Amino acid sequence: MKKYILKRLLTALPVLLMISIGAFIMMNLAPGDPTDLYITPDATPVQVEATRTALGLDQPYPVQYVRWLGRALRGDLGINYSTRYPVLPILVSRIGPTIVLMGATLLFSYLVAIPLGILSARKHGTWVDTLLTGGAFVGVSIPNFFLGLGLIYIFSVRLGWFPTGGMSQLGEESSILTVLHHLILPVSVLSAFYIANMTRYMRATMIKVYGENYIRTATAKGLAAQVILTKHGIRNALIPVITIIGTDLPRLVGGAIVTEQIFQWPGLGRLTIMAIQQREYPMLMAITMLSAVVVLFANLFVDIMYAVVDPRIKYN
Amino acid sequence: MEETTILEVKDLAVSFQTFEGVVQAVRGVDFSLKKGETLAIVGESGSGKSVSTKAINQLLPKKNTLIERGEILFEGKDLLKLSEKEIQKIRGNDIAMIFQDPMTSLNPTMQVGKQIAEPIIAHKGVSKGEAKQKALELMDLVGIQHPERTYKSYPHQFSGGMRQRVMIAIALACEPKILIADEPTTALDVTIQAQILDLMNNLKKDLDTSIIFITHDLGVVAQMADRVAVMYAGKIVEIGTADEIFYNPMHPYTWGLLASMPTLDVEQTSLYTIPGSPPNLLHPPEGDAFAARNEYALGIDFYEDPELFKVSETHFAKTWLLHPDAPEVIPPAEVIRRKEKFRYLNSEKRMSKTVGGEAYGRRY
Repeated sequence: MKKYILKRLLTALPVLLMISIGAFIMMNLAPGDPTDLYITPDATPVQVEATRTALGLDQPYPVQYVRWLGRALRGDLGINYSTRYPVLPILVSRIGPTIVLMGATLLFSYLVAIPLGILSARKHGTWVDTLLTGGAFVGVSIPNFFLGLGLIYIFSVRLGWFPTGGMSQLGEESSILTVLHHLILPVSVLSAFYIANMTRYMRATMIKVYGENYIRTATAKGLAAQVILTKHGIRNALIPVITIIGTDLPRLVGGAIVTEQIFQWPGLGRLTIMAIQQREYPMLMAITMLSAVVVLFANLFVDIMYAVVDPRIKYN
Repeated sequence: MEETTILEVKDLAVSFQTFEGVVQAVRGVDFSLKKGETLAIVGESGSGKSVSTKAINQLLPKKNTLIERGEILFEGKDLLKLSEKEIQKIRGNDIAMIFQDPMTSLNPTMQVGKQIAEPIIAHKGVSKGEAKQKALELMDLVGIQHPERTYKSYPHQFSGGMRQRVMIAIALACEPKILIADEPTTALDVTIQAQILDLMNNLKKDLDTSIIFITHDLGVVAQMADRVAVMYAGKIVEIGTADEIFYNPMHPYTWGLLASMPTLDVEQTSLYTIPGSPPNLLHPPEGDAFAARNEYALGIDFYEDPELFKVSETHFAKTWLLHPDAPEVIPPAEVIRRKEKFRYLNSEKRMSKTVGGEAYGRRY
């Protein structure tokens, strides 16, 4: 197992390199230039050129890439053009809020969705199932911006129960309680999709598992329904569900771009939007690489979990 | 053999609600099972043999199964009237099952030993350690080598034959009074089949369990059964002792089945097949369901279903040919040969309870 993990980590390196090259090329192919955005309109071409030279943007692309790579390997992710602040501390300050937001969302979603999916499957074909399947359909379909604005209107503007956005009130001491208070609306919005999605998967998987012959064997043994569900049903249903969790995990840092924007959540999603709009190339590269690393780790985690849950899977 | 009846199925009729309509899978089946005997139920796919036995343990899907009528009496209780909790106490404990496909019948994520110990814990109220001990004994009993080591194995590490041994160990775990084996050897290759059948025969002798053996393979029946019931289109068309069914068959469908068995001792150029296919049980035909495929069908077969005619105390067949007014017909050559042997055996008073597989044409 250790050998397998080491091998996976080593093969991840060339993958990351390819991703960085791809991201760098795409970024530079996109129209626009960082200097356009923050140089005053009356700047002379000489001044613009001087700025480009100062930022290293006058160099050929391969040279720029190699310079970026060399610095990145030494832990220097560059600076934000507009503010002249280094990228790394900004990035780090934004990771926390996003992990809090998405972690709460995923945890809450799975806690709700897995039992709902099992219930739906066990009540397959009854009104309970129809209701849950219909609800899941709505949850998957409803756009985040619409649900977000709707919830803000009802619960913040009309009822005044929750803040309209942010992670804490200005001038207020930030505590776990205030963060929780601020979390409720955005987590509700984001969970709608994850709950709906996972409920549907869990339902489909459980229906499939309950059609398997080993469930019939368990029934013929005279086991109680509860025992069949926990010992024979859920364990086998987990295998496909782990795949879904694996695809959800990168969202922990990928953030929720639209929802963070609506709720002014100080996370990576909003940072990404800003970085794109202002052509902050070093920041974009840093965010892309961070996402890539997380995706690779999530995949590795999923593969390891398969082996934990399913004895048929072994890595040698 | 003790002659106490342990299970009695009376006029059982089971239908399934499907999108196309109601399928009448079992249309009135009567049979009984005595203590220690093996009853084989034979028939084509869809003849209702599996459904009739799954009804005993209430293993049919609740959602679309309709028990139209009938009773299944076990120890004075009608199993069809029991609640889910009550039938749970009987499943695996008094009445256990072995299924057709050992490759998919075991939980892939649970150690085989634990799967064997499970019903013991559920029914016998023993500790986990005692259940494990018993499971190890069972593994030894069914011929799994090194139980201590293989207890912790997973099903994918076992071959099909070994998995079926595990299934048998599970079924025997609580020393059931009745063992229902639903085509337990169909998915196995012939040498493994023979091993599993030998194992079941030996266990039956040791444990005195009654067995209902479902199969479409008459060769297997010959090796296993004391009595045989032949099913067609949801009804039993002929029932009798193994000797009566094999050597003195009365129903044209049984004739067809016997004639379509490959034999070693007759020079065969081609194998007989019963023409046509079984009727669609969404709309069972009027009269005898077999009439359309029956070259011996009488006029009455097409509008009136025959009753079971008595041939002997143990032998009944559902065909108008046994009516006193029915014309004499000549059965297929293979059947005549068998009947001659039956008369010879009877006159010599040499009929034995268990006849070697050879006489039935197929040998394992």
